[in-house]
Amino acid sequence: MRRALPIFVVLAGLLVAIAIANPYFLEPPAFLAFVKRAAPLVILAAGQYFVIVSGEFDLSVGSLITAEVVIAARLIDGSAAATWPVLALLIVLGLLTGLVNGTVTTLLRVPSFITTLGMLLILSGAIFLWTGGAPRGALSPQFRELGRGSLGPVPWSVLILAAVAAAAICAMRAGFGHTLIAAGDNDRAAALSGVRVARVRTVAFMISGLSAAVAAILLGGFAGVSAQVGQGLEFQAITAVVLGGVALGGGRGSVVAAMAGAFTLEALFTLLNLYGISGAVEPAVQGVIIIAAVALGAVSLPRRRAAAAS
Amino acid sequence: MRSYSRRLLASAALAVLTLSAAACTSDKPGPSASAAPAGSTGSEDKGTGAQSKFFVQADYDAQMAMRRAQPTGSPDKPWEQSIDPQFVDTAKYKKAGPYHLCFSNAAVNNPWRQVGWKTMQAEVALHKEITKFTALDAEGKDDKQISDIAELTGKGCDALIVSPNTTATLTPAVSGACPKVPVIVFDRGVQTDCPVTFIKPIGGYAFGAAAAEFLIDKVPPGGKILALRILPGVDVLETRWSAAKVAFDKSDLKVVGVEFTDGDAAKTKSVVSDYIQRYGKIDGVWMDAGATAVAAVEAFEDAGQPVPPINGEDQQDFLKKWSDAKLTAVAPTYPTYQWRTPVIAALKILKGEQVPKVWNLPQPTITQENLATYLKPGMPPLHYALCGCENLPGYPQKWGGTS
Amino acid sequence: MTQQLKLRRGGAEGSFLRRLSADRPARAVYVALALLIVLGWLLFALDGGRFLSQENIVGIQQRSAALGIVAVGQTLVILAGSLDLSVAYLISLTSLVAAEIMAGADGGVPAAVAAVLAVSATVGLVNGLIVTRLRVHAFIATLGVALIIRGALDERYDGPAGSVPESFQHLGYDRIGPIPVSALLWAAVAASAWLLLSRTRLGYRIYAVGGDAEVARLSGVRTERVVIAAHVLCSVCAGIAGLLLASRLGAGAPTVGTDGGYDLESIAAVVLGGTALAGGRGGVAGTVGGVLLLAVLDSIFNQLEVNSFAKDVVRGVVLVAALAIYARRRRTT
Repeated sequence: MRRALPIFVVLAGLLVAIAIANPYFLEPPAFLAFVKRAAPLVILAAGQYFVIVSGEFDLSVGSLITAEVVIAARLIDGSAAATWPVLALLIVLGLLTGLVNGTVTTLLRVPSFITTLGMLLILSGAIFLWTGGAPRGALSPQFRELGRGSLGPVPWSVLILAAVAAAAICAMRAGFGHTLIAAGDNDRAAALSGVRVARVRTVAFMISGLSAAVAAILLGGFAGVSAQVGQGLEFQAITAVVLGGVALGGGRGSVVAAMAGAFTLEALFTLLNLYGISGAVEPAVQGVIIIAAVALGAVSLPRRRAAAAS
Repeated sequence: MRSYSRRLLASAALAVLTLSAAACTSDKPGPSASAAPAGSTGSEDKGTGAQSKFFVQADYDAQMAMRRAQPTGSPDKPWEQSIDPQFVDTAKYKKAGPYHLCFSNAAVNNPWRQVGWKTMQAEVALHKEITKFTALDAEGKDDKQISDIAELTGKGCDALIVSPNTTATLTPAVSGACPKVPVIVFDRGVQTDCPVTFIKPIGGYAFGAAAAEFLIDKVPPGGKILALRILPGVDVLETRWSAAKVAFDKSDLKVVGVEFTDGDAAKTKSVVSDYIQRYGKIDGVWMDAGATAVAAVEAFEDAGQPVPPINGEDQQDFLKKWSDAKLTAVAPTYPTYQWRTPVIAALKILKGEQVPKVWNLPQPTITQENLATYLKPGMPPLHYALCGCENLPGYPQKWGGTS
Repeated sequence: MTQQLKLRRGGAEGSFLRRLSADRPARAVYVALALLIVLGWLLFALDGGRFLSQENIVGIQQRSAALGIVAVGQTLVILAGSLDLSVAYLISLTSLVAAEIMAGADGGVPAAVAAVLAVSATVGLVNGLIVTRLRVHAFIATLGVALIIRGALDERYDGPAGSVPESFQHLGYDRIGPIPVSALLWAAVAASAWLLLSRTRLGYRIYAVGGDAEVARLSGVRTERVVIAAHVLCSVCAGIAGLLLASRLGAGAPTVGTDGGYDLESIAAVVLGGTALAGGRGGVAGTVGGVLLLAVLDSIFNQLEVNSFAKDVVRGVVLVAALAIYARRRRTT
């Protein structure tokens, strides 16, 4: 938790800065709107955290989200009756994609960077091969409700986010979390002490796929069918996790901090937008911040694993 | 401990360095500069920022004139019509059929190009004299398209159709192909007049102006306008915004923001929500492309506000929303039927018939009056109504629709 | 704390000499390339085209030269155990630097080339320093630098800029018989990298550091310098690719690098060529084979007019399958 502390300080600072620029921000409706907007990225970051802490990468989540939304639109095609079966199918597809990623990475020993890069290409190609180049059909209002509507004053996405966060924290506190971190820290040693490294890593990929499915349901619900809904989200999710102080290469970091990293990224975007810093400078600021954050994180704890460390 | 502080210092220094490096480039006011916050602006400033460097007054004037001009030819086939045609002689290209047509396509990476590409394929299938049609997809890569054009010129094509990925950078490749084969360019142009004909709808200025004029007409004076753009630096989009800027600068409206959305629906919805929150009320929305218009409309619905006057494009999802929610809207177009014209032009050229040097196609605007004719139930949400494909074989299934 | 060795890289104890000749996977990629060429020849013949026609051979080389040059640079950083995701934006930046300094005048060429090399070397140096001194994982470090370059590009440019004089366009368009000048440039870059890796002390250290940084450090290698050098060389390669693209396009373009997907594609080409993503194993010969493999695949796609979505699926499958085969061979041998 000590390692995770800086990200909460940064997040709090950003939220204060936003509140100064826009006093309305701290009132419940505006704040809930912010959380609602951040929810898909936070969920995605939580999923990505499991993969990263186990020592791997998942670059396929962005195109998985696009694929899921396009599939949902085509299969639902505006029909209320098809909504729930298709939602279930999306969850299964997310898990299945994770299973394939995990199996190829662990059993066939393909580096996960390449496995998931291949999956990215395959998914983005296959989905548009199936629909003939552009999305077809339409999402039903029931499907849209999850990303767009709310239960009383609280948006559904905020509730879903809370559930996901609780589940993620429980999973990391349970035995699974410990074996996952052990596998990411030193897979050989973990294997010698009886951890089934291949299995826990595969489960981590499945969790990431599942989180992408949930994020797809929320994003599709929020903004409707689009051919580029997931574009670039894989890098944003990885950035968020790393911002949270989770080490690439595995073995260190907490899931709460990873989710805080996603909130921080979203708060940063909001702040830049509020101060009228337009699209052009935004990536530069983002680049500097992630390098600085990781650099500062890297000095606060001794590193055991670094390809190029002295 | 020493190494800790040293590293801290190094990272801080680096951050400062990189930040200042990024900052020192910012003294030039690019078109991306967003509007200054309200309050700090004088009454003269319309909040539209500096004019785009893509703006060319002569082209603007020409397009404004074309909007009022009467196109030649049958209005039933707008893809064969042209405005102010200056015909060129093509006798030297005349040859007997059958023909082998080649096509270097910039990309099929968005719904507009998808619809257009399907329409072009269907047009080719109409003509029995085209026995071979070779198309290479450059996947949005300038360098690949340059190689593709070079490869196609060596494949024995009778005519070469090019839809350039970028204007400036494809010019050398097109210049290289011209001496070997008659070249037809459409959509974006190139900076050489060596192609036999260049086919385009009226253009971006006409699009941007039509949308802006609608808002100026419908929004009460002093109303707050939000302008949404996809991304900077794309010629066809820059011209749309620069014409809107000219119109807004002359109007009583106040442009409170010019934002880039990357064409992303979620981002669009967030941006619009932010503006509604910041200004309480937005009185009009101008968009440089329709792909995310529905997301913008939903932002108002979700905020519990009436949807102000807005423009979209001829995509089905927007037209349906317009009709269902009874919006005050307009839809300028950049018609996908222009993908039919190059094939027709190629055949004319190979038969020695005259073609316009610059083939200006009409560019209709969808209004409340003619909305019903363009609303096509059963077509996919991102289908473009002005495909001119309704009578082509395979419609609607080939375009992803159901009859 | 640094005494703990990474158990995962168990095979690192072998002599450095053995690792020098570790470029064996290159053979596999050339076998695959030969098979693909035969397949291409057959498919072309069935489809009524000629695979070995001059246009096609020139096309394959032209299409692969820029990617090839970047991939050679990427090989160096990957061998050193690092990674560079900033090459795509750097290519855009250097194409603009080149075209703007040339400004259509022949006299500007030397200055432009010098400026491009300086800019790219600086970016490489920054990458290397962030990775080594600030100890930021290369993935994040180079992603961050990529974002910073992107910010600068977005701020300064809103479309193609500058112009390249006719004389410089010879680089992109001329050829000697069936061999384009651009391919010769690629060959020269690849040969230099090969010489560097196989004949110089730096090359030998790159393998050592990538194989196991800790062992290398304990045996007296200044690992940080090696990684920085690899990053500088990689960025310079990206700069050369930027020059080549500027000459092809006749101008600089802020999107030429990202549209080309040179970041992930160069990494894909490197690993297709049998270089281990973890570093220390592989070489330039494999990378050249990997790039050619992708280019021949593209040429076959072009002839068959396969749509771009199907291409992506095939590319993804080829990439994963190739890596699975390499992993299997590595375990069984």
